[in-house]
Amino acid sequence: MTNPTPISHEPDFDAVTGQSTTGHSWDGIRELNTPLPRWWLWTFYVTILWSIGYWLVYPAWPLISSHTTGFFGYSSRAAVTVEVQALEQRRDQQAAGLKTASLEEIKASPDLLRVALARGKASFAENCVGCHGQGGTGAPSYPNLTDDDWVWGGALKDIQTTIQHGIRWTQNADTRVGEMLAFGRQGMLKKDEIEQVVDFVRSLAKLEPAKGADLAAGKAVYDANCAACHGEAGKGNREVGAPDLTDAIWLYGSSREAMIESVHNGRAGIMPAWSSRLDPVTIKALTVYVHSLGGGQ
Amino acid sequence: MTSHVTIPDEDGPLYAAAKKVYPQSVKGRFRRIKWALLAFCLGVYYFLPFVRWDRGPALPDQAVLVDFERRRFYFFFIELWPQEVYYLTGLLILAAIVLFLMNAIAGRIWCGYLCPQTVWTDLFLAVERLIEGDRRDRIKLDGESWSASKVGLKAAKHFIWLMIAWWTGGAWVLYFSDAPTLVKDLATFEAPFSAYLWIGILTATTYVFAGHMREQVCLYMCPWPRIQAALTDSDALNVTYKFDRGEPRASVKQAAQLKAAGQPAGDCVECKQCIAVCPTGIDIREGTQLGCIQCGLCIDACDDVMGKLGRPTGLIGYDTLKAVEARACGTTPPALRLIRPRTMLYAAIIAFVGGAMLYQLATRAFLGMSVVHERTPLFTTLKDGSIRNAYTLRIANKRSEERPIAITLDAPMGTTWEVVGAQQTADWRPIVVIPPDSTLDVRLFVTMPQPQAKGPSQMIQIKAADLSFGESASVKDNFFAP
Repeated sequence: MTNPTPISHEPDFDAVTGQSTTGHSWDGIRELNTPLPRWWLWTFYVTILWSIGYWLVYPAWPLISSHTTGFFGYSSRAAVTVEVQALEQRRDQQAAGLKTASLEEIKASPDLLRVALARGKASFAENCVGCHGQGGTGAPSYPNLTDDDWVWGGALKDIQTTIQHGIRWTQNADTRVGEMLAFGRQGMLKKDEIEQVVDFVRSLAKLEPAKGADLAAGKAVYDANCAACHGEAGKGNREVGAPDLTDAIWLYGSSREAMIESVHNGRAGIMPAWSSRLDPVTIKALTVYVHSLGGGQ
Repeated sequence: MTSHVTIPDEDGPLYAAAKKVYPQSVKGRFRRIKWALLAFCLGVYYFLPFVRWDRGPALPDQAVLVDFERRRFYFFFIELWPQEVYYLTGLLILAAIVLFLMNAIAGRIWCGYLCPQTVWTDLFLAVERLIEGDRRDRIKLDGESWSASKVGLKAAKHFIWLMIAWWTGGAWVLYFSDAPTLVKDLATFEAPFSAYLWIGILTATTYVFAGHMREQVCLYMCPWPRIQAALTDSDALNVTYKFDRGEPRASVKQAAQLKAAGQPAGDCVECKQCIAVCPTGIDIREGTQLGCIQCGLCIDACDDVMGKLGRPTGLIGYDTLKAVEARACGTTPPALRLIRPRTMLYAAIIAFVGGAMLYQLATRAFLGMSVVHERTPLFTTLKDGSIRNAYTLRIANKRSEERPIAITLDAPMGTTWEVVGAQQTADWRPIVVIPPDSTLDVRLFVTMPQPQAKGPSQMIQIKAADLSFGESASVKDNFFAP
């Protein structure tokens, strides 16, 4: 490979075209000095002028603590706000019927139901799926909203109250309150008593108790400590959020270990009150949506 | 450093400037056919949107309407939904094969008589002739320097052209919205922007293509002449100069001298009328060629001359390559073969595709249903241990009446089902009411008790029955269990 010929600054002309060259030569191949087309050059100048106009009209230059605002005070943030407001206005128009209609009326009217389900679905995806999962399927400790087992009630009104005021959400005066005591940790029940009562509860739910479990002793412990909230027959009490212990659904798991854990340490899941964050129409739509997931009563 | 460079031989410029064609007016059989077809095609195009067709109060009453907003296509008694767009595929196949069949029978019938480029160019030429005069006057006018009268003539021509082009664009948008309403909105400047935009686009294309580019579109832009040349055969009728009869060319006087000297003389008198009237400016006597759109105007021109000379007409005419060659060899030309494998094949394809479309249309279902199984969750365990699955049904009502649809299930005994929002029931079946000409998504819950709910899945059938028309639709899907 040969070294590039040093650049000569003498004007050099190409023999064939008579045009000047750039003086660059690579392995004997020289480059014609073809000027930019006029139209290209003028277009370029126009874009420079355009950019100056742009600086004046639109926010452009950063200053120490702010920026130039342009002649008309345009701001992309303000433009987005206007668009968002327009969208919200349109949605409110669509949902105007939800404002006055009762939950039952919404559920009964195909048109209102369609709007409520659409709005509820969007709001659910935004606010609820974090805990209750996509489609309201829940997870251990987070209730499944598609089944027919409700800790605090599955009627429209109950669901609305739960969403509005939350569960054990101390910042809300009307929040739902109820406590599963930590029977073991607080020394109310001894370890063997806990195992006895768990085995007894397992027998209520048609789950397998431990081999040779003393169910009679367990029933005695149950009657003395649990029946007040969960009821004589273990059917639960929605007033205080005491779940039904006889059904097939276990919020914290149906294994013996999980149940011992519940009795020993207690359980107190928390749900925020949404009335401070969502407007009443959205809460109505969410109520109808959750009610329509399958478990609504 | 010096080097000797040779300039490569030049084969001439790669760019040929367009030569302006000044077609001369002509009268005759083919000109009359072309006028009639022009009137018919443009009449259909401009006025079809105003034809009404009653479809009941819920649907538009425009006979031909592409309704993008509601996603429907209406063509008289036919109404198509977006999922039925395969009819368009059928139409395109039919269009292609009909084009092939026309070509196998009589060459470029499409190009010469029916193509929009030909029809609008013909109309624009008629306007040009009306204002600037015939071929000689136009050539003379273009050669003159600019004067007030020339400016006036040119301005008048372009104004009328633009009006026609504007009307063409205006008619186009009428196919996409209710025509009378849109005309009113356009006139009061209340029509949507897209309407004005499309009128503008089609005004521009019509004005440029029919007014200025004309034969250039056929020569340089259109793919069909290239395909057509590959598809034609020696049995197809084409506009042909019968060289066996025309050659050697000689004027009337020369021909008489040649004949007196006992030498052959053809019928072509080299009057060049066939070139003068040609809208693409070609010489048909050079044979079948890409530039010939086979409009038949040279036939009219030549027949006119032959008639005046008292010679038989048809020196230029529709003829097959085989016939011309046979006559040149002095044998009798073979009879025209309309029925040959090629035409039969095309006809069979047309019949098959057209028949399939007609069958599909005649047996089109007015009730449709599809199902999507809920994925989150696949199933839900209920308090009593029974299993519930959720489905979203999309029920399509393709009639223009509201219809109550009963939902039933083909599933193991003990299975129950409910539809969210269904208020009434008929014999325990939930009823959903589907509005006219629309689809409705409904949520269906199916609950199966243990032990019928066998895991991991079993097939169930969901049926939708129309209580008023007696139509039904059904879908199959899985029922999942742990």
